[in-house]
Amino acid sequence: MNYEMTIGLEVHAELNTATKIYCSCKNAFGAEVNSNCCPICTGMPGTLPTLNEKVVEYAVKMGHALNCKINPVSKQDRKNYFYPDLPKAYQISQFDIPLCENGYLDVMVDEKGNTKRIGVTRIHIEEDAGKLLHDESFAGSLVDFNRCGVPLIEIVSEPDMHSSAEAKAYLETIKSILQYIDISDCKMQEGSIRCDINVSVCRPGEPMGTRCEMKNVNTFSGAVRAIEYEAKRQIEVLEAGGEIHQETRRWDDAKGQNFLLRSKEDSHDYRYFPEPDLLTIVIDEEKIQRLKEELPELPNKKLKRYMESYGLPHFDANLLTENPDKAAFFESCVEKENCKTKNISNWLLGDVSRILNEKNLVLADTSLTPEKLTDMIALIEKGTISVTAGKTVLEQIIFSDKTPEQVVEEKGLAQISDTGALSAIVKSILDANPKSIADYKGGKTNVIGFLIGQCMRQSKGQGNPAVLKDLIEKQIKEG
Amino acid sequence: MTAASLSEKLRKKECSAVEITRSVLEQIEKTEDKIGSFVTVCEEQALKKAEEVDRKIAAGEALSSLAGIPIGVKDNICTKDVLTTCSSKMLYNFVPPYDATVVSRLKQADAVIIGKCNMDEFAMGSSCETSYFKKTKNPWDPAYVPGGSSGGSAACVSAGEAVLSLGSDTGGSIRLPASYCGVVGLKPTYGSVSRYGLVAFASSLDQIGPLGRSVEDVANLYEVICGRDPMDATSAAREYGAFAQKINRSVKGLRIGIPKEYFGDGVEPEIKAAVLESVDRLVKEGAQTVSISLPSTDYALSAYYIISSAEASSNLARFDGVKYGYRAKDFTNLIDMYEKTRSEGFGDEVKRRIMLGTFVLSSGFYDAYYKRAKQMQQKIAQEYAEAFSQCDIILTPTSPSTAFRMGERTDDPLKMYAADICTVTVNIAGLPAISVPCATASNGLPVGMQMIGPKFSEQMLFDAAGCFENICGGFGVAPSVKA
Repeated sequence: MNYEMTIGLEVHAELNTATKIYCSCKNAFGAEVNSNCCPICTGMPGTLPTLNEKVVEYAVKMGHALNCKINPVSKQDRKNYFYPDLPKAYQISQFDIPLCENGYLDVMVDEKGNTKRIGVTRIHIEEDAGKLLHDESFAGSLVDFNRCGVPLIEIVSEPDMHSSAEAKAYLETIKSILQYIDISDCKMQEGSIRCDINVSVCRPGEPMGTRCEMKNVNTFSGAVRAIEYEAKRQIEVLEAGGEIHQETRRWDDAKGQNFLLRSKEDSHDYRYFPEPDLLTIVIDEEKIQRLKEELPELPNKKLKRYMESYGLPHFDANLLTENPDKAAFFESCVEKENCKTKNISNWLLGDVSRILNEKNLVLADTSLTPEKLTDMIALIEKGTISVTAGKTVLEQIIFSDKTPEQVVEEKGLAQISDTGALSAIVKSILDANPKSIADYKGGKTNVIGFLIGQCMRQSKGQGNPAVLKDLIEKQIKEG
Repeated sequence: MTAASLSEKLRKKECSAVEITRSVLEQIEKTEDKIGSFVTVCEEQALKKAEEVDRKIAAGEALSSLAGIPIGVKDNICTKDVLTTCSSKMLYNFVPPYDATVVSRLKQADAVIIGKCNMDEFAMGSSCETSYFKKTKNPWDPAYVPGGSSGGSAACVSAGEAVLSLGSDTGGSIRLPASYCGVVGLKPTYGSVSRYGLVAFASSLDQIGPLGRSVEDVANLYEVICGRDPMDATSAAREYGAFAQKINRSVKGLRIGIPKEYFGDGVEPEIKAAVLESVDRLVKEGAQTVSISLPSTDYALSAYYIISSAEASSNLARFDGVKYGYRAKDFTNLIDMYEKTRSEGFGDEVKRRIMLGTFVLSSGFYDAYYKRAKQMQQKIAQEYAEAFSQCDIILTPTSPSTAFRMGERTDDPLKMYAADICTVTVNIAGLPAISVPCATASNGLPVGMQMIGPKFSEQMLFDAAGCFENICGGFGVAPSVKA
C-alpha cells in the first residue's frame, strides 16, 4: 500500500549576539561550567529580565529572509514548567503574537534549480535553558547554567514537506541563510541548531494523518534518519490495523530509533500568560525597513546568479554558495579577472576543498587569498606551469605568505616549452620505446599519452605537454 | 521623632548618627518582644553605617536627607549579605548576593538599614499572621493585628523601632498596615519605583513604597527610591522632582472625588463618619467635593485575586529546592523532591494562591478567568480615568474597619481578603495612593483615609496629605511608644 508522508519542522537556532537575551552575561559556548551566568539568568529571587534589542533585530532579519510579515507590536509570554535546568521554572517565549509570521522559503529540490515553496508559520524569540550534567563522582545530577538565557529563535514551518530529502533541503537552506545574515554560528556539534520534527502519514488523496512529534534531533542527517524511521513505524502500525496516537517521541540517533516520551494526555499544560516583567515589543516601520535593506544577497538568489551570469553548472553554484565565506572568496577571485571563472570554481571545489577537509579547516584559517589563487590559475592558463605543478604550488601558498611566482621560482616548476631542450628528451624516450612507435604507426595513436608521460617524468614535470606532443609526433613521422 | 527633625539635629551636630541608631536599637531591645516587627535586626551593619555618617559629618561633607536615618526594609526586598526570607520557611536561609535597586539607593543616600521587617509570607495576607517566623502585633494594642502584608514595616515605624521603612504593595500591603498602625504609607505609581530585587508576588501589581510618621518623611524617602532603573523594564522613563521640598500643604481649589461605592454598607459606620468628617475639614481649607462613581469596584476584588494569584503561581514556581532556600530532606526522585519541598516550604495561604493561580491559567479555564480578569482590569482603569476628569484626587477609607483581633480572620480567607476592598483597585489601575491617619476609633485604634491620584501625581497627594497633617497638628504615635 502506498503512503504519503507529511513533515513539519520546528528549528531552534541559537543567535550569536554578544550578550544573552535578558541580562548582560556573555553569550559564548564552551566556557567553564557556571562561569557565564548571573543572578538574572539563574532566576534568583527578585531579579528581572530586560530585553536585549539585538535579539529582536536578528529575529526580524530572519523574518525578512524568510519573507515573513513582521509584527510591529508583539509580546513575550511565560511558558511554565518545572525542570532543574530552567531556574525560573518558566521560559520566556512568545505565544500568540510572535515577531514574524506567514512567510515562506523556496527550497531547491533538483539539480536544474527547480524550487519548492515551504510555508513558514512563524518565527519567535525565546531563551535557552541550562544543561544537566551527570558526573560519576556524584550521585545526583549537576546543572550548568551557562546556556540559560542564550537567545534562540524558533522557526516553525507549515507541514509542507513530503520527503526526508525535502526536509533536509529545507534545513540546509535555513542553515545557509542563518550564516549569510550572520545571526547564528550554526555549529551543529555545539547544538546551536536543533530541531523538532512532526511526521504523519496518509494514503494519497486522503486527509492528513495524526502527527507525532520527535524531539532531540541534532543533525541534518539524523533528521533524515528520524523521519524515515518514524514514517516507517507509523505505516507499520497502520498496516497492522492499528491507529496512530498523537504523541511526543524522543529520537535516539545512536540507536537509530525513537521512543515514546509522552502521550497527548500527558502533555504539559504550559499555562502561557503575558510576561508581566517585560514591555510589549514595539518596532517602528522605519527600523523594520532598515533591517530589510541590511540583508545581504541570500543563497538562493546567489545560486541562481552564479548559474545565469557565470554560466556555472548547478553542482558548482550550489557548493560555492553553501556558505557566505566561500561565496565571498569566489566572487573576489572572479573580480580579479585574470583567469577563467570555471577554473576558479574547479580549484576551489577541488583541491582547495580537499585540503581544507583533510585538515578540518575553513578558508579563513589559511593564508590563501583570492589574489594568490587566481595568480596561480593564471600561470597554468598561460602555460607557465603545468596543472600538476599547480597542485604543488597550491600546497605551498595555502599555508605560507609566498606568492605563486615565488614558489614556481624556488622549486623550479616553470614549464619548459623550448623545443631545443625538449627534443633531446623526446629522442631518448623514443629510442627506448620502439614498440610504442610501431603501435603508433599501426594506428594505436593513443600510445602518445604514454610517451608524453615518459617525457614528463624525464623532464621532472616541467616539460610543456603540448610542446612535447608536437615533438613526439614530428619525430615519429620523421624517424 | 521624624526623619526630618533628626536630620536637622545631625546637621546642627546636636546628636550623632551613632546616637540615633543606638536609641532606635534600644527601642527595639525594649519593644521587639511585644511587637515582633523584625525577622532580622542588622545591629552591626547599622552601627557601622552610622559611624560612616558621623565621619562624613566630621569631615564637613554634604549629607542627604536620609543620612543617618534608621530605616526598616521589608523582608521581600533583597539586601546583599543580609538574610531575605519573605517570612517563609522556603527562604529561611536565603542570603542574596545582590542589593535591590531601592536598597542600593538607600545605601547611596547613607540611610541606616536597621533591620528586615516581618511580613505575611511572600506578601500574601492582610494581617501579618502568615509569617513563618512570628506574628507581628499592633503597637497600639498587641491584641490586634498590625495589618499586612507589610505589617512589620508599619509596626516598626509606629513603635519607634525605625524612623522610616520600606514596604511593598500589591493590593494594599503598604496602605492597610499604615492605616492600622496609624502611620503614613504611600503606594507609588506603578513603574515609578524599581522592582529589581523585590521578590515578586504579582509582577504587574507590585510596587515598593515608603512608610513614615509624617508626609514629609514619606515624600523624602520616595524621592530617594523613585526613578528610572535600567534593570527593571517596567520602570518608567521620566524625570522626578524633589518632592519633599515642594509640599505646599494646600488644598485650595482641589476637587476631591467621593466615590459612593467606597462608603457603602460594607464600611463600618464609625469609619465612614471619621473619613467624611476629615473631608469636611479639607473643604474648610478650600477643597471642593465631587460625588463620583466607580461602578466596577464590586468586581475588583475577584479580578485582583485572579490576576495576582496567576502571576504568583508562576513567580513562586522557582522555589523548587534546586538552587537555594529550603529543600525537603527525604525524597525518592526529582518530582518527589519538588513536591515535598514545596509542600513543606510554603504555608497554607501561599499554597491556596498558587493553586488558585495555577487553575485560572490552565488550558480551558484561561479565557473564563484570567482573560476576563484582565478585561475587568482595563475597565477599572478606564473608570478611574473618567473619574479624574471630574476631580483631582479621590478620597476613601483605607479599610472598611480598624485593625481586627489577632486570629479573628485566619480561618476565613474571604473575610481576610475583604480588608483589601478599598485598596486593590489602585493597584489594578497602577495609580498612586497615600494612606494617612485621620481619627482614633472608639476601640482606641487608628483609622486611615486613602487619597488616590492619577498616575505620577504623587506631589499632589503629598500636598493634600500635608494639608491634612497640618489640620491635625501632626499624627499621633502609638500609646506604647508614648509610655
